Amino acid sequence: MKTFKGRVVLGGNLTGESVVSRQGFNTLATYFRGLTTGSSICNDQNNKDLYQKDVGGKIICLPKTIGSTTGGMILQCAADVGIGPAAMLYADHIDSISAAGIILAEVWNDKKIVAIDQLGDEFLEAVQDGQKIEIIEDGTVIVH
Amino acid sequence: MEHYKMELTQEEKDILEGKQGEVMQKVLKSIVLFGEAFGAKRLVPIDGPIHVVTSFGMTGFDAVFAMMDELIGAGLKTKEPFTVDPRPIDFDNIETTEESKKVSLDLYQNQEQYEEQLQKLGLKDKNAFSCASYMPEVGNTPQRGQVLSWAESSAVVFANSVIGAKSNRNSGLIELLCGILGKTPEFGFLTDEGRRADWLIEVKTTKTPNPMLLGSAIGMKVVGDNPYITGLDQLLGTELNNTMKDYLKDMGAATASNGAVGLYHVENVTPEAVEHGRDLLVEGYQTYVIDDAELDRVMASYPVLWDDMSAEPAFCFIGCPHLSLNQIYTWNENIDRALKKAGKDKVTIRTILSAAPDVIAKFKEDEKAYETLINNGVNLSFTCPVMYMNNPENSKNPIITNSNKMRTYSTARFFLDDEVLNIIVNGKNY
Repeated sequence: MKTFKGRVVLGGNLTGESVVSRQGFNTLATYFRGLTTGSSICNDQNNKDLYQKDVGGKIICLPKTIGSTTGGMILQCAADVGIGPAAMLYADHIDSISAAGIILAEVWNDKKIVAIDQLGDEFLEAVQDGQKIEIIEDGTVIVH
Repeated sequence: MEHYKMELTQEEKDILEGKQGEVMQKVLKSIVLFGEAFGAKRLVPIDGPIHVVTSFGMTGFDAVFAMMDELIGAGLKTKEPFTVDPRPIDFDNIETTEESKKVSLDLYQNQEQYEEQLQKLGLKDKNAFSCASYMPEVGNTPQRGQVLSWAESSAVVFANSVIGAKSNRNSGLIELLCGILGKTPEFGFLTDEGRRADWLIEVKTTKTPNPMLLGSAIGMKVVGDNPYITGLDQLLGTELNNTMKDYLKDMGAATASNGAVGLYHVENVTPEAVEHGRDLLVEGYQTYVIDDAELDRVMASYPVLWDDMSAEPAFCFIGCPHLSLNQIYTWNENIDRALKKAGKDKVTIRTILSAAPDVIAKFKEDEKAYETLINNGVNLSFTCPVMYMNNPENSKNPIITNSNKMRTYSTARFFLDDEVLNIIVNGKNY
């Protein structure tokens, strides 16, 4: 078990299963197809870690998101239709794309994606796919 | 009222307490939370034009449509008329199979409804669809020093770097909400510190590099940092004329899409570099040298996502981001000259030049030039090539482009301008 402490962007207590993107997570590429089909399978063929994996309702561990600046709205819509993540845990500072999506989903759609950032590179080095992750409201992240 | 870290005016506090209604409360709450995620201490007025990135009414966007309805229902509009990114479909100007048409109509079945929503929220006019809304023909051009709240990445980097306006790289639909409030959080590119350069980029190529290739190399290296570019003034001159602006538009789009650059400085060319020079560099900046070998390495690193690597292209798209009027003329002349040289009447590959509706209208006023374009088999379209490729029926086709942005976001295969010209005139050579 390893414990990390990050900054709370959108807090909450949550336990779930990890999926790990060791490269920038492309919101548009991941969810675009799924928005039309309701599928939560990652469609980003450039993401060698998550392509074709089910990322719906999972805790996505990532450095930050990348790609089109429409990505915020895409994440908001993914949360709304039920294919979004339960939480996003960032090694780096949160980016403006996913920050927009997480905040819009919370304020306008009452869909919470817990977000903790600045967990550090060691967090991404420690976490693997399929692990149990516990998130505490103060930004503590426990990798079981 | 919830506790916010940001310094708020009394009016802002009142809005957050719901005194201007529940919807306006949600507008401001979204903006404040977004700003606080980036350490913004306050909101500042937007004094430049408004541009919105989300132009497509796609299936699965119910959350967006509902949000727009809430805003409209509360009687809210942007403070000034806004422009928006390109429309996603153009059946009139791009030859489309029935199957592809069916998929597009299904994928974008809410387009009409969404455009009505945009109009109610303050859309400038029915032609206001372009990622390059800063073109003079479109008329949504900011001025140096103006505060903006844009999201379209190629427009943000152009406005910041070439014009010297100030916009963060926002994301849809935060920029629309800021346009309604008339304010945006102050952080990042809105601050002097956020506009300083983290990287010195030394361009040491033997000839002027392709802007999209150079931008890609820079973007992939610095990712979201700010580069200060030297050596281009020796190759391109220092005058910020239309040709220079076109070059910087395309280079910037590649830095923004292949990386996440929102601001660059070009020594002796862009406004802040002219004014401050290398004082813009932060202490301990990093250096990246780009020579011919480095550009060759970057070009060779691009994956080709076609099923059949030797397929004849179905289409060629030029104009991502949208072309300027100057660029349409240049491509028209180059294609015409190459066809004459090859003894051919029309292009071999169906070729689409994408530009803003207002830019296309201006070009069509020149009947002789337009006739040449049409006679040579080239079409003009107002659509977004990337959104064209979002249709899985279209993305199955082998498409070529001179856009490194389009390459990044689709299965299109990237070629340099000279190669593109050769392929569309003479057919594939690979």
